[in-house]
Amino acid sequence: MATVNPVVDETPGAADPIDPESAEWIGALAGGGPQREAALARLHEMLLRIAQRECRRRSPRLRIAGPELEDLAYQAAADALVAITRKLGQFRGESRFTTWAYKFVILEVSDKVGRHFWQNPAVPLDAEDWDRLPDRFGFEPAREAEWRDLLAALRRAVDTELSPRQRQVFVAIVVNAVPLDALVIELSSNRNAIYKTMFDARRKLRAALAAKGYMGHDTAGRS
Amino acid sequence: MNGWSELDRFLLTDPRDVGCAQAVEILHVYAELVAAGESAEERYPGVAAHLQACGPCGEDFDGLLHTLRDEPG
Repeated sequence: MATVNPVVDETPGAADPIDPESAEWIGALAGGGPQREAALARLHEMLLRIAQRECRRRSPRLRIAGPELEDLAYQAAADALVAITRKLGQFRGESRFTTWAYKFVILEVSDKVGRHFWQNPAVPLDAEDWDRLPDRFGFEPAREAEWRDLLAALRRAVDTELSPRQRQVFVAIVVNAVPLDALVIELSSNRNAIYKTMFDARRKLRAALAAKGYMGHDTAGRS
Repeated sequence: MNGWSELDRFLLTDPRDVGCAQAVEILHVYAELVAAGESAEERYPGVAAHLQACGPCGEDFDGLLHTLRDEPG
C-alpha cells in the first residue's frame, strides 16, 4: 500500500471476532432471497439518511444546495451500497459492521462533492493568481512590509525547488484553492497520491525557506 | 493566528503521517475508538498526525464521528 512515509504502518493486524449484530448483517447480505433484499433495503435507507445528514453538515462550506445537494446524497448512498456489497468479504470485524458501512457513504459524499466542483469551478485549473496567496494564509495587507519578502521567497521556491507535478498541485490547491478531492478528479489521480505530492512539496518549500532564514529548521525529528 | 504561523504550520510535515490510503483504511476503527473515549491518538499516532494535516480525510473523520454520535447503537 502507498503511504506518505513508507516506514509507517498502522494497519490493524489480525481480525477481531465479529459482534453478533454485525454477523447478522453479514449473514443477511451474503445470503440470498427475501432476507438479502430486506437487508439491502434497510442498509440503503440507513446510508441515505447518513448521506443526507452529512451533506447538510457540509453544506455551509459547499456551493451546492437544495435539490442538487439532495441528488448528491442519493448518488452517494447508491454508490456506497454497491461498494459495500462488492467489498463485503473485506469486512474483518475490526469495528461494528455499521461503522464500516458508514465510512463508505461518507467517502462517497466526498467523491461526489469533488466531482461537483468542476460543474461550476470558481477558477480554471491553469489559473495562477498569486495575489490571492497572502489572503490564503491570513497575511494582513496593512503589514505587507513584514511578509512581502517571505512570500516572494516562497514563490521563488515553488518555481525552483518543486517538480512540475509538485508545482501544478501546489498552485491548484494553495494558490487557486481547488479542493484536493476535486483535483483528484481533474488529474485522474487518487487522494493518497495528490496528498503525497503536496506532502513532499511542503517539505521542500519549508527547507528552502529555512535555508534562506525565513523559518526555523524543524527540530522535531521531522524529515 | 497570523500569516507567518499559518504558513509555518502548513509547511510543517510530520514523518509519522501515514497518508490518506492507510488512514482511510482504518478510519472506522479509529472513529469508534474516539467515539468510545479511548486513546486513538496513542494507538494510531500516524493516523492522528494525518487527520490533523489532511483536510479531506479530517472532514471524512468528522463526518464519521458525527454519524456515530447521531446513529443509534
